[in-house]
Amino acid sequence: LGHDIHFHDKKIALLEAGPRKEYDHMPDNFSNRVSSISPGSATLLSRFGAWDHVCSLRLKPFRRMQVWDACSEAMIVFEKDDLDDMGYIVENDVIMSALTKQLDAVADRVEVFYGSRAVGYTWPLPSHSSDTSPWVQIELADGHRLQTKLLIGADGHNSVVRKEAEIKNIEHQYDQSAVVATLHLSEATDNNVAWQRFLPTGPIALLPLSDTVSSLVWSTSHEHALELVTMDEESFVDSINSAFWSNANHSDFIDTAGAMFRSAISLLKPSGTAIRQLPASVAKVDPESRAMFPLGMGHATEYVQHRVALIGDAAHRVHPLAGQGVNLGFGDISCLAHHLSAAAFNGSDLGSLKHLLKFETERQRHNVSLITAIDMLKRLYSTKLTPLVLLRTWGLQATNALPPVKVRIL
Amino acid sequence: LFRLTMKRLANFSTSHSSVDSKEMKKFQLLAHKWWDEEGEYSALHSMNDIRVPFIRDALLNMSRNHYPGKPLSGVKILDVGCGGGLLSEPLARLGASVTGIDPLEDNIRTADRHKSFDPVLDKRIQYKSGSLEEIVEESMESFDVIVASEVVEHVADLEMFINCCSQVLKPEGSLFITTINKTQLSYVLGIVVAEKILGIVPEGTHEWEKFVPPEELERLLESNHFSVKAVNGMLYNPLSGSWSWMESTSINYAMHAVKSGARGQSSPTDDLSEMESKKCSATAGTAV
Repeated sequence: LGHDIHFHDKKIALLEAGPRKEYDHMPDNFSNRVSSISPGSATLLSRFGAWDHVCSLRLKPFRRMQVWDACSEAMIVFEKDDLDDMGYIVENDVIMSALTKQLDAVADRVEVFYGSRAVGYTWPLPSHSSDTSPWVQIELADGHRLQTKLLIGADGHNSVVRKEAEIKNIEHQYDQSAVVATLHLSEATDNNVAWQRFLPTGPIALLPLSDTVSSLVWSTSHEHALELVTMDEESFVDSINSAFWSNANHSDFIDTAGAMFRSAISLLKPSGTAIRQLPASVAKVDPESRAMFPLGMGHATEYVQHRVALIGDAAHRVHPLAGQGVNLGFGDISCLAHHLSAAAFNGSDLGSLKHLLKFETERQRHNVSLITAIDMLKRLYSTKLTPLVLLRTWGLQATNALPPVKVRIL
Repeated sequence: LFRLTMKRLANFSTSHSSVDSKEMKKFQLLAHKWWDEEGEYSALHSMNDIRVPFIRDALLNMSRNHYPGKPLSGVKILDVGCGGGLLSEPLARLGASVTGIDPLEDNIRTADRHKSFDPVLDKRIQYKSGSLEEIVEESMESFDVIVASEVVEHVADLEMFINCCSQVLKPEGSLFITTINKTQLSYVLGIVVAEKILGIVPEGTHEWEKFVPPEELERLLESNHFSVKAVNGMLYNPLSGSWSWMESTSINYAMHAVKSGARGQSSPTDDLSEMESKKCSATAGTAV
């Protein structure tokens, strides 16, 4: 917003609980918190000059994504025909640094309060003839008092803004935690493929960071996650390799049924089947890079209220299996910025519900179906029950054979 | 819109010889409801979505300077019949210096209080209670722009209103008017449907006789040395509560006129909707 031309006359304050993060060079070790950035999100970041900084620091584009089942041979491969990048794996610290640089560039309009925490919110009364200020008042831990026409809550899935604004949140804790780690491959490769295998306990994904390094995101039960994080490094590496390579969960029935379906498809659509590849094996894990965090899903019933808007995880939280969490947030930002910019150019009060509701409608329409789909996928793939495995096997094979459906998913 | 017109009518009645104290009271009661976006004035709030860009773009097209973030910086605007300040505030947010006048003191009080919470608006807007006629002497040729939105259908003497506008406008200044046309359609929709059927507007709010056809407004403006630059029809959708532009001017319309450059002439060419000013004081009252 600070870079928006219609906002030249406005003042923006950013309350950041963490410290300032800016890097000129990235350290040799990769951070274990990474995000899969879609091309759309990259476009947003490049609109105000942040993407250039990301590129100059470090990122890994990937061209292919292979997703397959542990209980059958079914798989689906996503690939852009025109050899464009499908997405980028970027360390979160890199994105933070790029954003910090661009924030500095508009320091006269945007003031960042690092290490700050809001302790009190006073909401404006709905009555319009009151004598108290109609703006939102915020009190910080260090005693600062701020008032604003529009408060944007971007404070994550445990959003305090959302709670204080008394917006109801539909949430559900998954019985899963995600284990992240930075892995070194046994041999250097092009490494431009993102791999994801659905195990009955949860999906395991390998995201490329460089020719020899990949990032792990393994969603599994809390107990298993704890085991993985505490076991010795060799056993950890073995678990990962076996998770990707082992066919222990296959059953003959499913394999036969799957093979039959595949032949049927190849009769109808010869190019619709592909060979399943396997990711390179992992040699070792970066010490200290293993971590775990619990997973859940959430969706706020309202994204906006008078003078309040929620974006990102504060509004919606998803399972990492589709790598979409942060991209949904970037989509929110793009939409909200668009509506606020138009409102500013019309001289409107930025906190007015009229344009905030437009943002809410647009994003809810887009987000709800995706969030539901991700949740459904998670449930569908959490089982070994034959009928469901068969269903998803055939479903995946069919989807792999149908380009229009794949394009829609992308 | 009808509600607005109603209010304007009530406002207007004060300065009109046929003062209806009942109407005045009704309007007085609503004087504090201006800023409830979902209340009686909701149609006026949503009218900002088209009238502010209309004014902004017309002025941007005419000027060479562009200040990002403050497109109307340096422009002096007079909002005649400003009511609670619904139009003054967005114009001020875009950088203009706005003077809002309204004959009803309660409106001015509401407007003043609302802008007082915003330090930027507080500096850029001045509200004065009174009529257009009353400020003519002290403000000869001092404004770049006059806005009379939803006013002229309440004015008793349109010609005099336009005349006063001309005196207060700088040469080549702009006059923007939005008002209601005098047609069968506007009678059906504006009076019958809005007042009698849907009850959006209390009965008796509007006098169809006072509605102004764009042709008449244009004629009055041209004969007062204004040149009409644009006329656009407006349409209100009561279901969505929003306004849009329309080819036909048969119900509501907006007009932009520019005063001629020659000094000392009264040019009513600018806004056709301003035509109803027979008495400047009368017209100054009810615009929002």
